[in-house]
Amino acid sequence: MIPKRISSIRFEVLSPQEIRRMSVSKIITPETYDDDGFPIEAGLMDPKLGVIDPGLRCKTCGGKAGECPGHFGHIELAAPVIHVGYAKLISKLLSSTCRECGRVLLRESRKEEFISEIERRKSLGQEYEGVVKEVFRITKGIKKCPHCGADQFDIKFEKPTFIYEGEHRLTPKDVRERLERIPTDDLLVFGLDPKAVRPEWMVLTVLPVPPVTVRPSIILETGQRSEDDLTHKLVDIIRINQRFIENKEAGAPQLILEDLWELLQYHVTTYLDNEVSGIPPARHRSGRPLKTIAQRLKGKEGRFRGSLSGKRVNFSARTVISPDPNLSIMEVGVPITIAQELTVPIYVTPSNIEEAREYILRREHPKANYVIRNDGRRIRVLDLNAEEIAERLEPGWIVERQLKDGDIVLFNRQPSLHRMSIMAHYVKVLPYKTFRLNPAVCPPYNADFDGDEMNLHVPQSLEAQAEAKILMAIQEHILSPRFGGPIIGGIHDHISGLYLLTRGERKFNREEVIYLTRRLDIREIPEPKYKDDDLWTGKQIFSTILPEISLEYKAEICQGCEECKGENCEYDAYVIIKKGELLKGTIDEKSVGAFKGIIIDEIMRKYGPEETRKFIDNMTQLSIRAIMNTGFSFGISDEEIPEEAIQQIKEVLDGAEKKVDELIQQYREGNLEPMPGRSIEETLEMKIMQELGRARDKAGKIASKYLGMENSAVIMAVSGARGSMLNLTQMAACIGQQSVRGERIKRGYTYTNRTLSHFKPGELGSRARGFVRSSYKEGLKPIEFFFHSIGGREGLVDTAVRTSQSGYLQRRLINALQDLKVDYDGTVKEQTSNLIVQFKYGEDGVDPMKSFRGKAVDVRRIMREVLGEEFEEIEAKEK
Amino acid sequence: MKYADILNKYPFPQKVKEEINSELEKFNVKKTQARKIVERCFQAYLQNLIEPGEPAGIVAAQSIGEPGTQMTMRTFHYAGVAEIDVTLGLPRLIEIMDVRKNPSTPMMTIRLAEDYAKDREKAREVANRIEATYILDIAEVVTDIRNMQIIIKLDRVAMERKQISFEEVKKKIEKGLKESVLEDEEKMEIIIQIKEPSYKTLLSTYEKLRKMVIMGIKEIRRVIIRKEEDEYILYTEGSNLKKVMKMKGVDFTRTITNNIYEIYEVLGIEAARNAIIREAKSTLEEQGLEVDDRHIMLVADAMTSGGELRQIGRHGVAGEKQSILARAAFEMTVNNLLDAAVRGDVDRLSGITENIIVGQPIKLGTGDVELISKIGSKK
Repeated sequence: MIPKRISSIRFEVLSPQEIRRMSVSKIITPETYDDDGFPIEAGLMDPKLGVIDPGLRCKTCGGKAGECPGHFGHIELAAPVIHVGYAKLISKLLSSTCRECGRVLLRESRKEEFISEIERRKSLGQEYEGVVKEVFRITKGIKKCPHCGADQFDIKFEKPTFIYEGEHRLTPKDVRERLERIPTDDLLVFGLDPKAVRPEWMVLTVLPVPPVTVRPSIILETGQRSEDDLTHKLVDIIRINQRFIENKEAGAPQLILEDLWELLQYHVTTYLDNEVSGIPPARHRSGRPLKTIAQRLKGKEGRFRGSLSGKRVNFSARTVISPDPNLSIMEVGVPITIAQELTVPIYVTPSNIEEAREYILRREHPKANYVIRNDGRRIRVLDLNAEEIAERLEPGWIVERQLKDGDIVLFNRQPSLHRMSIMAHYVKVLPYKTFRLNPAVCPPYNADFDGDEMNLHVPQSLEAQAEAKILMAIQEHILSPRFGGPIIGGIHDHISGLYLLTRGERKFNREEVIYLTRRLDIREIPEPKYKDDDLWTGKQIFSTILPEISLEYKAEICQGCEECKGENCEYDAYVIIKKGELLKGTIDEKSVGAFKGIIIDEIMRKYGPEETRKFIDNMTQLSIRAIMNTGFSFGISDEEIPEEAIQQIKEVLDGAEKKVDELIQQYREGNLEPMPGRSIEETLEMKIMQELGRARDKAGKIASKYLGMENSAVIMAVSGARGSMLNLTQMAACIGQQSVRGERIKRGYTYTNRTLSHFKPGELGSRARGFVRSSYKEGLKPIEFFFHSIGGREGLVDTAVRTSQSGYLQRRLINALQDLKVDYDGTVKEQTSNLIVQFKYGEDGVDPMKSFRGKAVDVRRIMREVLGEEFEEIEAKEK
Repeated sequence: MKYADILNKYPFPQKVKEEINSELEKFNVKKTQARKIVERCFQAYLQNLIEPGEPAGIVAAQSIGEPGTQMTMRTFHYAGVAEIDVTLGLPRLIEIMDVRKNPSTPMMTIRLAEDYAKDREKAREVANRIEATYILDIAEVVTDIRNMQIIIKLDRVAMERKQISFEEVKKKIEKGLKESVLEDEEKMEIIIQIKEPSYKTLLSTYEKLRKMVIMGIKEIRRVIIRKEEDEYILYTEGSNLKKVMKMKGVDFTRTITNNIYEIYEVLGIEAARNAIIREAKSTLEEQGLEVDDRHIMLVADAMTSGGELRQIGRHGVAGEKQSILARAAFEMTVNNLLDAAVRGDVDRLSGITENIIVGQPIKLGTGDVELISKIGSKK
């Protein structure tokens, strides 16, 4: 069956006749319920308007609550009022038409010209707002009607709904009469569609009353009814409306009537939009501004963005996440309590009826929670009725069975910034109460385990399940479409572990090798390299999980020597993999890390997603065991450096401070030469910053020299597992300059120009402007601590501002580009207008995800494969 | 191209052809093997093609938006030329997408014509002609309240450096002010006599004088000359492409500004597209973020495909959407609905948001396939 589609939606303005026609009840009394709690006829809760209380039936259609969509009523306004949303347009129309004959202030031929231009643009699907603006601009200045010769006066508009002609205020009634005179043929020139609107409809004489289902009242615990904001506003309108009628009939003075008229206008205005400028918003008794029609539609939580573009859903769960390296990257650990609540539907057919029956009869975990009968009734499966239901089960029913191992689910972490934020995983039901995932999939979700929560959704239709498995599965998202490289890969301990395993020629005995490889998906262990001693090397063990690939590259730990020694690298930083055998080099972030991982990239291209997934699974298992086998820890004692290093650092910092003092001295004496295009003050600041920055780096160098390569923090920093040498410097040697907006800290006592009262007025020295000499290990001096928190605060503010700004940028980008898609002919088209944006996607038609880091074809790889040995010889010569 | 005959048999894009050719040449591959390689390359190329129905726009938007969270907010930083501050990071990216007419830090890179590029003196001369020179740069200005005069004491050394003559300065001042100008060439003095004896006029004339550009282009506040490789290049703070391009000694084919709107006005829409790509790319690169060129290109194309520059947002691409519902869901909900009603607009429900709103499948990816197979029918 081909599903029906709505082909289009047309927008028009409701005419008074139409409002009356669709109304089922004329509302005349502001009362809602009588003393017995029954709705009053012709009141705002008229039972003809629909039902909200369960058990009652609608007096118009006879439907129950939930069935009856509700029906409109109407209020006959005693005097016309202007619709706020159209007030501006009304004033423009009045100033562009004759006050006597109502025709547009243009000669017939001119008018035709404009109309044909509008028609032309319309037929081309172009914007014609510009033409209409021009019409309003021209006709505004015309003083005499070209048709009847009547004099025209200036029309002025005052927010929100007041219109003046010269000094004289026009009543809505006058306005409406004038708008009535505008001939239908002239509407086109203002861009109005005569089929959609008559100008006088913009002045309301009848007000539609929305059905009660739109403004349901709620009953508080006290038994009191609390009405919806819209109902409150409608009560106000009816009350004033009735008063107006009574006063008019009683022949009240014009002044009183005018006051009432204005009050009615105010209530109708705020009923439509309670945030218009120029008038105070209508408030609830508690002082809270009322949420009226415009407020319901607008903004993030409004109808459009909050209820139509995005909705709350069933079949979903949310809890804290925690890591589990024993899971595959394609799995997600689901707590049993959640698995018992979430369900997957089984559509019962003759071929699976027995299976469905079994689920109904089961008493524990993967059992049926509900069955849905052919008539749509949902029955809870309990131990009591299970057998009866199983008996009566027939094809066409739906059995909702609990989530079990192997089910496909969608897993998501907010903010969902890219498509890898929602991926499909296979369920693994586990004890305890957190979702568990392999740490290697943290990068695409940008998740960590410091209390993050994630969401899980169970696709219900077979179609959705199929799409999830084929399109959203983890392994389909190992490569990021952002840059065509892997986004899933080793992090933290994976990298440290493999670094420890593969660095140099570490040897492992049989027992260790078995321990390391026992969870790996491999057939056999290679011959030991040192046969006599029965010892394997770490590189050999790593090679067992490698598919047959050949690669050569510099690892992350590469020191960037002036002349690369290639395979004879003294740091073991030159990786050579031949036919799936790691011959030289250390495995680190550059090889298997998320975002960088050259090996992952290569396997993905050569063997595809499934093989890559296996490699990542093996890699995580091996690395975790490798790091456990060696043992890896980090404590405060790892930041300790010997006394002589401290002494050296002290000397460096003393030297720098002295230099800074010299610079200040030069500046005070006026001997400082300004840099081109900079003032002397700026030059001084820049030089001081430079000097202190250099000193900090030097201190860091000294510290890292004494820490040595075996230090855990150093291992993590150089292998790219976590942290940087800068972090280390700050921990062990010197924290360095604190800054605000890239400058040294200078705010404080403005008058004496000093940051704290501990310094002399105008002092410019390093300590007085936020240089922190201490290291984190040493601890900060009170003044340093103060400066450090200033710098730290800037960082926090920065992040807070950035998230909101980049969020808005992303929303705008998505909104602007969402309708672009690649067509069958390779062009990129805008779906709504069918305009071609690109003749060939990205000028070469290549998918960025499949591209090799942006390149259409990885020529080198193909050449290596075709030429084989020959290629390597030439490549070697090239060096 | 050495391997043109082999490559031309395949419908590769030009860029790919060139790349394969250069690689082949580097290794001096034999023809027979080259044939094999090219064939393999073609297979790989076909495999790497994007699939029809792919939501290229959304992927591009995500690829540019997602790294936004990782960018710095620090407005000022130094790039290339240490002397000039340039807006970088997220604020710059927002600026590019907004198509601001006045970016916060306009900057130009001016390359010089052949006979000027090698000579420091000549480059200096061009720089002088471009850089805005104010009276205070070359003279001391004193207001004499008693005689209602403004006395300008010109500085010979500064004038020498700026290569400007006494006559020129005088002419410029005469032209710019309506007051009578006396001169004293001996003392290098220009005296402005205020006709109307009011302090207000004196003060306003002084203000006017101070702001007057004696020489150069008003928008360009500073010029820095740098030697790069073997030619002198001018970097400017402030930008006015049109005037600079006309300047003698400037090689306008290699002169650029970072003000995209200016490029659009002076050089046209295609140049603007390239400028958007270049600016967005360099902004992302400077932050160390890897984003495929194709995404940036798509954004630039979406912004320029209408023939004029449209911003990403309410007043541009998103605001000119055909669909009323899509516009209402983005921003300005109420106004869009009210306007649509009087215009009698029709929403054809062909885009994404509209269909999500009414609860229909969207026409992207698997939802874009209109083929339906009949299962179970015998016929």
